[in-house]
Amino acid sequence: MAEFLVHTLSLPAPLAYLLAALIHCGFILGLVAAGAVVFIWAERKVSGRIQDRLGPTRTGGKFGWLQSPADGIKVLAKEDLIPRAADRLLFRAAPYVSFSSSFTAYLALPFADGWVAFDTNVAVFFILAVLGLEVFGVILAGYASGSKWSLFGAMREAAQVVSYEVPLGICVVIPVLLTGTMNLTTIANMQAGWCSNWLIFHDPFTFAVFWIYATCALASVNRAPFDLAEAESELVAGFMTEYSGMRWSLFFMAEYSSMLLVSCLAVILFFGGWHGPIPVFDWLGWAYPGGASSWQLTGFLANLAGCVNFITKAVIGVTVMLWIRWTLPRLRIDQVMTMCLKYCVPLAAICFIGALWWQVAGWWSPNHWLPLRPDGPGGMRETWVVAPEAACGEVARRLPWADSAPPHGAARRTLPGCGLAGPPAGWRTGSPAAARGGVQ
Amino acid sequence: MCGLLAQITVSHYLVVGAVLFVTGVLCMATKRNALGVLMGIELLLNGANVNFVAFGSKLLRADALGLDGQLIPLFVIVLAAAEAAVALAIALNFYNNHTTVDVDKAEELKG
Amino acid sequence: MTIWAATDWYAFFFLLFALLACGFAAAVLFTSNIVRMAFYLTLSLGATAGLFFLAGAEFVGVMQLMIYVGGTLVLLVFGVMLTARAPFLSLRPRSGEWIVSLIAGGTLLFLLIASAFGVRNWRTASDSGPLPLAEAQTATAVGAGLTGVRVDRLNRDAAGHALSQLPHTDSGYLLPFVIVSVHLLVVLVGAAYLARAKVRRRSATESTASVEG
Repeated sequence: MAEFLVHTLSLPAPLAYLLAALIHCGFILGLVAAGAVVFIWAERKVSGRIQDRLGPTRTGGKFGWLQSPADGIKVLAKEDLIPRAADRLLFRAAPYVSFSSSFTAYLALPFADGWVAFDTNVAVFFILAVLGLEVFGVILAGYASGSKWSLFGAMREAAQVVSYEVPLGICVVIPVLLTGTMNLTTIANMQAGWCSNWLIFHDPFTFAVFWIYATCALASVNRAPFDLAEAESELVAGFMTEYSGMRWSLFFMAEYSSMLLVSCLAVILFFGGWHGPIPVFDWLGWAYPGGASSWQLTGFLANLAGCVNFITKAVIGVTVMLWIRWTLPRLRIDQVMTMCLKYCVPLAAICFIGALWWQVAGWWSPNHWLPLRPDGPGGMRETWVVAPEAACGEVARRLPWADSAPPHGAARRTLPGCGLAGPPAGWRTGSPAAARGGVQ
Repeated sequence: MCGLLAQITVSHYLVVGAVLFVTGVLCMATKRNALGVLMGIELLLNGANVNFVAFGSKLLRADALGLDGQLIPLFVIVLAAAEAAVALAIALNFYNNHTTVDVDKAEELKG
Repeated sequence: MTIWAATDWYAFFFLLFALLACGFAAAVLFTSNIVRMAFYLTLSLGATAGLFFLAGAEFVGVMQLMIYVGGTLVLLVFGVMLTARAPFLSLRPRSGEWIVSLIAGGTLLFLLIASAFGVRNWRTASDSGPLPLAEAQTATAVGAGLTGVRVDRLNRDAAGHALSQLPHTDSGYLLPFVIVSVHLLVVLVGAAYLARAKVRRRSATESTASVEG
C-alpha cells in the first residue's frame, strides 16, 4: 500500500509509509470492533437456539441485530468504578495490555495475497508470541483487583494459557514443517488450487493435528469447555469480577478478537487461507501472476474475493467455537491440566513425528493429486530433503548481504499496494533436477 | 541534539544497551527483594543483547557481525530463561523456609 | 507535508523505543512495589524487542517477545504473586546504599557511553544513505545456522561468485544448539524439583511471630 501511495499520489516515501501504517491499523481496528459486535450478537442467538429459545428479538427488528450496539452504548454510560483495595495504575492498565496484544497479532495476519500489514518471514512465530502476551493482562487484572476471586481466576487462567501454549506451538509447527516457511502468505499460497491441496489433507497426522490445534486454541482463548477462569457459577466472573463498563468491554473485545485470530490462523495453516475449495480465479486467470508490476482491477477483485472467502471460513470456525461452548460442560482445572499434559502434548508430539516421517518418506498425499502450482507442498520435499545444497544456495541468494543476492527489496514486492509476496522465479520447482539446476 | 541524531549508528544502540546494563547493575545492588535482584539480572542480559544485535546489524554498518550478532542473543535469551527458573526456585525455597524474600535477612551463614 | 517528509522516521522510532526501554528500566529501579516492578520490566523488554526489529533482527525480536516476555516474565510474575505478602510488597533500601550505588552506577554509565562514542567505526554511519524501515529476511539464515550450515559464509570460486555447495568453512551453531537444549531441559527439571512444595517445619517462635497478611 505504501508503494501505491508513492506512485499514485506522489507522496514522499516516509509519509506514504506512515499513512499506509495508519490505514492498516484502521482496517484491523475496524475488523476487531465489528467482529466483536457481530460475535456477541451471534453468541446470544446461537446460545438461544441451542437452548430452545430465541435470543434477542426486539432491538432493531425481528433478529435483534442492534442488540450489540445497544449494549455498547449502555456500557459506555456506566460509572467508572475502581475498588478501594485495587492497585490503581495496574487496574487501569490491564485491559489495555490484553487488548493490545490481541490487536497486535493481527498485524502479521494476511487476508489475501499480499494484503498484510506486516509481511514478515517469522509471521507464525510472531502471532504465537504476541498471543502469549495476553496472559499478562489477565494476571495484572486479577492481582490489581484486590479481591481473592479475581486472583484465583487469574492464576488458573494464566496456568491454563501458558500450559496450552506448548501443544499449540507443536501443532502450529507442523504446517511450517510441511511448507518450509513461517511466512503466512507463502503458506497460504502453497495451498492454492482444489481443496485437496489444503494442508489438512496432507496426511492423517496433519488431519489429527488440526483437531488437537482446535482443542488447544479453545483452551488458549479461554472458551468453554475451558472457561473456568470466567466461570460464573464458581468464581463470580474470575479476573473480570471487579471490572465494569468500558474496561470490561475491552476485555471482552480482546477475547472475541483472540477467538477470531486463532480461527484465522487455523484457516491459513490448514484450510488454504483465501484459496477456495474450487480454484475459480485461477481458471479466470485473474490472480496476480508472479512478476506483475502494476495494479490490475481483476487482481484486486480476485484478492477481494479471496479475503471474503478467508473471513467466511474464519467465521465458520468461530461459530463452531460458539456451538461447542453451549454444548459441552465445563472442565475442572485438574481435568484441564491433565488434558494438556497427558493427552495433548504426547498426541501432538506423535503427530509431529508422523507428519515428518510422511514428508521425508515421500508417501502419497492428496496434495500431490491436483497440484495447481508446482511450488505446492508436493514440490517442497525435493528441494529441502533431496537437494539441500540447492536450498542453501537459494537461501544465500535471498540474504541481503550475500553477494549473489538480488538488490535489497527487488525480488520481494513486485506490485504496488497489494503486492504478491511470492517466491522468486525458479524457487522450489517441482523436480529435483530443476531444483539442482536452478541455482547459480 | 539534532546533529547527534542525524543518523542512527551503532553508538546509539550501544548507549541504550549501556543504560539497560547500568540500570540492571543498580537493581541488583540496591533491591532488597530477591525477585527485584532477579529483575536486575534480566535487565543486564537485555542490555548485552541490544549490544550484540547492534553489532550484528547489517542495516547500521556494512562490516557488521551478521548472523553471529543474532544467534548469540538467541542463546543468551535461552540461558537467561534457564537461569531465571533456577533463581526463582531458590527464592521460593528461601521463602518456604524463612517466610521472607528480603535478601538482608539471608544471614544464617554469616560468620 | 514537508515536516512529515523531513522527519527521519527511523530515528523517530528508534528514539521512541529507546526512551520506552530506558524509561521503564529506570522505573523498575526506582519503584519499590514489586508487582509494579514486574509490569514495568515487561514494558521495557517489549520496547527492547521493538529495538531488535528496528535493527533488522526480526527473529531475535520475536524470540524476545515469546521467551523473555511471554515465558521468563510470566514465571517471574508467578513468583512475585507467590511471595507477595503485604509486608514484602515494598522493601526499600537504605538511603546510604542509594547514594553509593548511584555514584558507582553513574560512573559506569559515563564510561560506557564514552567508549560507545569513542570508537570511530561505531559512530560513523553506513554509506548507503538513510536507513530503510523495511524488514530483513533473516529467519531462514538463522534456522540454517542452527542446524550447522552457515549460509552467509559460502564457499566461493575463483571469480568470487558464491557456490551452492554446502559450506565447509564454518560449522554453524549446531553443537551449541544441542547443548543449550539439553541444558534447558536439565535446568527446568532441576528447578521444578527444587521448588516443589515441601512440608514446612516451623518452630513455635516462628509461627507466633509471623503475621498472616
